[in-house]
Amino acid sequence: MSDTQFDLIVVGGGPGGYTAAIRASQLGMKTALVEKENLGGICLNWGCIPTKALLRTAEVYHLMHRAKEFGLKADNIAFDIDAVVKRSRGVAAQLNAGVKHLMKKNKVTVFDGHAKLMPGRKLNVTKDGKTVADLTAKNIILATGARARELPGLEADGKLVWNYRHAMVPTMFPKTLLVIGSGAIGIEFASFYQTLGSKVTVVEVLDRIVPVEDAEISAIAHKQFEKQGMVIKTKAVVKSLKRNANDVTATIEQNGKSEQFTFERVISAVGIVGNVENIGLEGTKIKVEKTHVVAGPYCETGEPGVYAIGDLTGPPWLAHKAGHEAVICVEKIAGLHPHPLNVLGIPGCTYCHPQIASVGLTEQAAKDKGHQVKVGRYPFIANGKAIALGETQGLVKTVFDAKTGELLGAHMVGAEVTELIQGYAIAKTLETTEQELMHTIFPHPTLSEMMHESVLDAYGRAINM
Amino acid sequence: MPIELLMPALSPTMTEGKLAKWLKKSGDTIKSGDVIAEIETDKATMEMEAVDEGTLGQILVPEGTEKVLVNQPIAMLLLDGDAKGAVPKANAPAPAPAKAEAAPAPKAAAPQPVAAPVSKPAVAPAPKASGARVFASPLAKRVAANAGIDLASVQGSGPQGRIVKADVDQAVSGGGARKAAPAAKAAAPVADFGQPYKEVPNSGMRKVIAARLLEAKTTIPHFYLTIDCNIDEIVKVRKELAETGVKVSVNDFVVKACALALRKVPQANATWTEEAVRLYENVDISVAVATPEGLITPIVRHADKKGLAAISAEVKDLAARAKAKKLKLEEFQGGGFSISNLGMFGIKEFSAIVNPPQVCILAVGAGSERAVVKNGALAIANVMTCTLSCDHRVVDGAVGAEFLQAFQALIENPIRMIL
Repeated sequence: MSDTQFDLIVVGGGPGGYTAAIRASQLGMKTALVEKENLGGICLNWGCIPTKALLRTAEVYHLMHRAKEFGLKADNIAFDIDAVVKRSRGVAAQLNAGVKHLMKKNKVTVFDGHAKLMPGRKLNVTKDGKTVADLTAKNIILATGARARELPGLEADGKLVWNYRHAMVPTMFPKTLLVIGSGAIGIEFASFYQTLGSKVTVVEVLDRIVPVEDAEISAIAHKQFEKQGMVIKTKAVVKSLKRNANDVTATIEQNGKSEQFTFERVISAVGIVGNVENIGLEGTKIKVEKTHVVAGPYCETGEPGVYAIGDLTGPPWLAHKAGHEAVICVEKIAGLHPHPLNVLGIPGCTYCHPQIASVGLTEQAAKDKGHQVKVGRYPFIANGKAIALGETQGLVKTVFDAKTGELLGAHMVGAEVTELIQGYAIAKTLETTEQELMHTIFPHPTLSEMMHESVLDAYGRAINM
Repeated sequence: MPIELLMPALSPTMTEGKLAKWLKKSGDTIKSGDVIAEIETDKATMEMEAVDEGTLGQILVPEGTEKVLVNQPIAMLLLDGDAKGAVPKANAPAPAPAKAEAAPAPKAAAPQPVAAPVSKPAVAPAPKASGARVFASPLAKRVAANAGIDLASVQGSGPQGRIVKADVDQAVSGGGARKAAPAAKAAAPVADFGQPYKEVPNSGMRKVIAARLLEAKTTIPHFYLTIDCNIDEIVKVRKELAETGVKVSVNDFVVKACALALRKVPQANATWTEEAVRLYENVDISVAVATPEGLITPIVRHADKKGLAAISAEVKDLAARAKAKKLKLEEFQGGGFSISNLGMFGIKEFSAIVNPPQVCILAVGAGSERAVVKNGALAIANVMTCTLSCDHRVVDGAVGAEFLQAFQALIENPIRMIL
C-alpha cells in the first residue's frame, strides 16, 4: 500500500476522530487522520477542557472568599484575567501535544488540511486552497464536529457579542454580562463569570434552565444561581441586540412585555450546528437533517463505506458520546460485534457551580414512557462529607421502574456530582436492579454515600434520613 | 487487519461446544495447520486447526468454557503487519465462568404442573435440569421472572453471551434469538423423596444423547422386525480363516451382510425429509461403539465395496479411536444405516432406537447354540437374533422384511458375501 491508501481515514481530530483512529490502529488497520486545525478538536482546545480550567479558577476564587468559614485568612483577593486565560490555554496546549503523541505512538498518519469526500471513497486534502494529498480508503469516518449556532441579529462579533470561543479568551472582564441560552455551554460561562464577579443575566426561551435535566434539578440549580446574584429570565426571548460603542442594549421579551437592558458583553450560546458544509456530502447518498448527518446504529451513512460520528451526527453532543461511537463504528468495520450506542446510558455533566450530572430518563420522561416509578431523593445537607466540605446544597435523585427495579435515571446537583455519576452509569450498563445497588458497599465518609441512600430512599429504606 | 477466530462447527448438528483447552497463548506465532485449541463437542474432543497465519491476539473465550456457541468469536488472530500493540499484554484470561457448578436443583419443591404456555414462547420458569449456569444481568433475570420466561431459552447478546434486558424483551415479544434446541425444555422438576444421591454433571455428549434419542423416540414412528439367523456357516468360515491367521468377528460379517442387503433394499439406506425421501448412493454403515462417556457411531464407508478383512481392521481402528476420543469429524458424521451389537454381553435380543436422520438400525444379539427344528427333527444350531427398528415414514413393514430376508440369506450363506 502506498502512503495515500489506507484501511481507514478519519476526517476530524476531535475526541471522536482521534479515538476512532487509535482504535482502528489497535485493530491493525492502516489508519490516517485529517485535521484542519487542532488535534483534539473543540473539546480539548476550545471546549470541555479549557472551560474546566477556567471553572477551576472560579472555584478556587470562590473558596478563597469563603476562607473565613474554614478558619483561614485571605485578604485582597483578586484575579488577573490574562493569567486566568493563560492557564486555561496552557492546559489545552498540553493536551493537544498529548494527542499528537498518541497519533505517533499508534502509527496514525496525520494530514494537516481540509478533507473533502470525493467519489469512490477518496478524499482530497487541501491546505490554504492547495491540494496537499489525494487519499483513498476502504472506509472513511466523518467526524467533523459542530460549531456554535448563529441566530440572526445575535451573531457573535468577537468584540461585544461573544460565542464560546471568544468567551474563553476574554481580553477584558465584563462587569455586566448577558448569556443567551441556558444549556450546558451557556450556564457554565454564566457560572464562571458570575463567580468571578460579573453581574450575569441568563435568558432562556424554555420554562426552566438546563432544560434537558430533571425539572427538580433545574429548580435547585435555579435557586442556587439566584442566591449567587444571577438574574435568570425563563420563557424569555432576546428580540434584538443594539451594539453600542462599548456595550450592548438588549431588548428582552418576557411574559408578553419587552424591556431594554444594557450589558458590557453578551455571550450567545443558542446551540450548535453540524459542520456539514464543504466536506463533499453534496451528490452523495449521505442524508443531512437539520445540519446533522443521519447515521445508523453503527454510525453508517447512506454511502457504503462512509461513516459519521460525534457532533456531526445527532444528539447528545458530547465528547464521550463521540468517543464511544468511534469505538462502535471502528469495531463494526473490523467485523467485530459491538453493541449499538445506548443513548440512555450516556451521562451528561455540567460544570457550573453547583455542578449538575445525570444519566438516563428524567422522572417526567420515565412517566411519559409509561413507567410506574419509584423515586429516591437524598439531600447533601444530610451527608457527613458534604457538611465537612461545606457543600450542603444539592440533591441526589434516582428513578426506578417499580416493576422491574431497573435504574431508569439518576440526577444530581451539588459539589463533585460530575465525578459521581459514572457509578450509576456502570450500574445501568451492567443492568443492576435496586438490589445490587443496595448490596453495594459505599465508603464512609464520602459524597457517594448519598447515591446509596437515594436508592434506599426510593424503596423507603433510607438509613440516615 | 486482525481476524476473529470463530468457534468452529465441528459437526452439522453442533450448535455449541466446550472450549476444552488452548494450546497456544496470546502472542504465539501461528502457522497454517497449527493446532491452536481443543474443542469438546457432543461427540468427541476435536482439534481446531489454524487456517491463516499470524499471531494469536486476545483470547476472548477462556479454556474450560462450556456452551460456546458456534461462530462466536473465541480469539483474535493478528495477521502479518498488524500492530503488535493489539496483543494485550499479560493477557490473563478471566477465570472460566462456566465451570460446571453443582446444580442447584430445587429440592423438595413441589413439581408445578407446567401450565400450557399461552402466548408466551417459553415454558414455566423451571430451572434447567442440566444445572448449567446462565449468565444474565440482574435486570434481565427479573424481567424474565416477571414475564415467566426461562432464561435458558434466551440467547444472550451481551459480552460472552450474557443475557441482557433487551434479549429478554425480544423473547417476550416473540421474535428474538432463541437458543437452538433447549434440550431440557420438557424436563419437569425432578421429585426428591429424600434418597441419598450424588450428582454426576452431564457431559456434552450425555446431553446430546439425551436430546437426540428423546427426539428420535418421540418423533419417529418406530416399528420392529425380528429374525433368527443360523450362523453355523459363519462359525465354520471364521474357524477356517483363523487357521490361516485372519481374525474376523461375527460382527464384521454382520456389517458386510448389511451393506450388501442395503444394495438390494435401498429404502433402508435413506433419510426422511418433508419434501422427499433421500436414498443414499453410498453404503456407509454406522457402528455403535460404547465409550465411558456414552455412545458414538463411527462409520465404515463404502462397506459394500470392502472385503471382510478390510472391514474388520477398520472397525477395530475406529472403535479404539472412538474410546480415546480421537475420531475425526468425518469419521462419525453421516452414515446411512446403523448397527448396534450387544452380543458380547450375552444379550439374546433387543430393539434399538433409530439414529436420525437414518431410518433403520439393526440390533444384533448374541450368537448361541439353540435347539432348532431341521427337516422335522430337533437339531442344534448357532443362532443369532437380530431386530430391525424402522422409521415407518420411509420403511414399510414389507420393505423392512425384505431387507431382513436379504440380510439373513447373506448371513446364512457367507460365501455369497465374497461375490
